[in-house]
Amino acid sequence: MKELIEVIAKSLVDHPEEVSVMEETDNHTMVYKLHVATEDMGKIIGKQGRIAKALRTVVKAAAIRENVKVMVEIV
Amino acid sequence: MNSIEKSGKTIEEAVDLAIEELGVTHENIEYEILEEPSKGLFGLFGGKMARVRVTVKFKDPIAVAKEFLEQVFNTMKLEVFIEKMSQEDAIVLNLRGDDLGLLIGKHGQTLDALQYLCNLAANKNAEQRVKIIIDVEDYRKRRAETLSRLALRLADKVRRRGDRIVLEPMNPHERKIIHMALQNDRRIVTYSEGDEPFRKVVIALKK
Repeated sequence: MKELIEVIAKSLVDHPEEVSVMEETDNHTMVYKLHVATEDMGKIIGKQGRIAKALRTVVKAAAIRENVKVMVEIV
Repeated sequence: MNSIEKSGKTIEEAVDLAIEELGVTHENIEYEILEEPSKGLFGLFGGKMARVRVTVKFKDPIAVAKEFLEQVFNTMKLEVFIEKMSQEDAIVLNLRGDDLGLLIGKHGQTLDALQYLCNLAANKNAEQRVKIIIDVEDYRKRRAETLSRLALRLADKVRRRGDRIVLEPMNPHERKIIHMALQNDRRIVTYSEGDEPFRKVVIALKK
């Protein structure tokens, strides 16, 4: 799951070397904290959060397969 | 602006300046050294700056799209075969494999999200934008046929009863299919109302 978020984020930003994902567990929910360069925030969130929403949708689909609950936070 | 020339104390500095001005990353350029830097006598006289020409390397959006999808499916541990087809205004990447239902999601939501991300990734370093449509086992094709049939059936109902019919919310692509299906019907008009993402098509009698 962590790799999936990294792959997607790195493909969208101008500074892929600054993409990192931290994994935490919170009450049976996997929480992924995605960090990107400040200049790349717009490229990962999008207008009205459209890109972030698409990213979460794809990650949720992958989570169903692995039978886990996930949350993606952009920090 | 595909190519610019820059000077700097070192070659690296000149290249970095050019990259900054072009707004690209290191992987997406190639450079040519026009002039090697030299210190000159005692590092004081006759020193020459490095001069480089930096050119942006555009990438083929379809190759990038395929690579993007392959990486995504790899991390999801899905075995997917990507089949490329050309349409007049877009490239269709049809995905085949076992258990790909999860890539479609409810009403194709996951498929739309994946397609959106794939288009962004593919066109990031492209010279010309390419529209990429992602389909899974012809899901979109079948959905389009279902929507066209639904449109015709509902238009029939409107003609018989005279009342307008409001459809369930659809995305722009699906709404277009409904409009197209009924555009040649002389007694029927279609239009959309409401705001995204709840915009709906209305089928009504022409006045």
